[in-house]
Amino acid sequence: MDGIHTLQEFMLHTKNIIYILIICILVAMPAIWKFLAGRDDE
Amino acid sequence: MSHETAATRNSVFTPFNVVAGIIVILGLFITAVRFTKGLGATTNLSDNNPWGIWIGFDLLVGVALAAGGYVTSAAVYIFGMKRFHAAVRPAILTGFLGYALVVLALNYDVGRPWRLPYPFLISRGTTSLLFEVGACVALYLSVLFIEFTPAPLEWLGFKKARAIVVKLTMVLTIFGVILSTLHQSSLGALFLIAPSKLHPLWYSPYIPIYFFITSIIAGLSMVIFEGSLSYRYLKHKMDHHHIETKDDLALGFGKAAAWVLTGYFMIKVIGIAADNNWHYLASGYGAWFLVELFGFVALPAFCYMLGVRENNIRLIRWTAAWTVLGIIVNRFNISMVAFNYHLPSSERYFPHWMEIGISVFIVTAGLLAFRFICTRMPILYEHPDYEPH
Repeated sequence: MDGIHTLQEFMLHTKNIIYILIICILVAMPAIWKFLAGRDDE
Repeated sequence: MSHETAATRNSVFTPFNVVAGIIVILGLFITAVRFTKGLGATTNLSDNNPWGIWIGFDLLVGVALAAGGYVTSAAVYIFGMKRFHAAVRPAILTGFLGYALVVLALNYDVGRPWRLPYPFLISRGTTSLLFEVGACVALYLSVLFIEFTPAPLEWLGFKKARAIVVKLTMVLTIFGVILSTLHQSSLGALFLIAPSKLHPLWYSPYIPIYFFITSIIAGLSMVIFEGSLSYRYLKHKMDHHHIETKDDLALGFGKAAAWVLTGYFMIKVIGIAADNNWHYLASGYGAWFLVELFGFVALPAFCYMLGVRENNIRLIRWTAAWTVLGIIVNRFNISMVAFNYHLPSSERYFPHWMEIGISVFIVTAGLLAFRFICTRMPILYEHPDYEPH
């Protein structure tokens, strides 16, 4: 929080982290799908 | 004759009936005190804490756990998952009883029951979220009642009336989904007015979405949980179709719950990031928030996945019970634990024993009504004279 003084800086900071989280989620989703449905055919 | 009387006496005085009877008598006594002496004599509510467990548990938890009705009917009638049809009637019954008891419990908190229609007839606060919640609950309770009526109509043999109601199934299901979407989220939106009172880790502009998504999780888990209890205690009332499809139901709903819980976990983390609340995680409230997030969201999500992947029905059932507990923890946290978090402990709310007594009384009344209906009407079996709808 030290470097955040304006709403612009706050939005930039939080949005940056959210974008990184979204990329992590998009990577995780297929892995979760594979884990969940991996044995459906058996 | 004397043997028959003894047998009847034995069947009536079961441990469950005795405990339920004591709770009902105690509940009626507290009811009399509440409506003659007022809130001051029966609750620990104050100006700082005007909402206690009658709202936090009976209403917020009650509405969430009654979501199985719209979740199951939407799955079966809108998404066409006919293989889960056996779960519709128990889920609708649970939803109907849940909402009816929510309205009953609301009377304890609000008082003066004869004024319940006032918001619709006398003083319409159409800009209030509470008005929207009240209107939706009233309408949805009516929808659930109509959705439930085929069972008593079959039981009573009213074939023509039953045929008319069955034709309304799709319309009622769509109404149910719309009304549930509205009021489940609005219950969360009620807390948007108190950003300074609710701890930042629980307060979020996304709280209506959190409430709606957790209601889906509650609905799915409650159907699995209630199904396993019904199988254990009311198996003799189930037909072959219900018994044969119960595992498929647990797998299907467990898979859906795994996905929704995973998505909920993700948007909760995004919520922390959006408000830049990371630093609160290092506090005592942060530790409790992490217990809720990992213990009651991530853990059940993983257990559901594992149960579905390994075909482990037992694990899915236990996870459903754990998730139901998680919903209770979440609603308690938002309405009580993290609410007024800045007040000194002497000013914090802890329920009076009579408040707890009424909540236990209402849950018991729900269990007794569920058992009464299931042992008489075609809820857990298809009536042989009628085509399934």
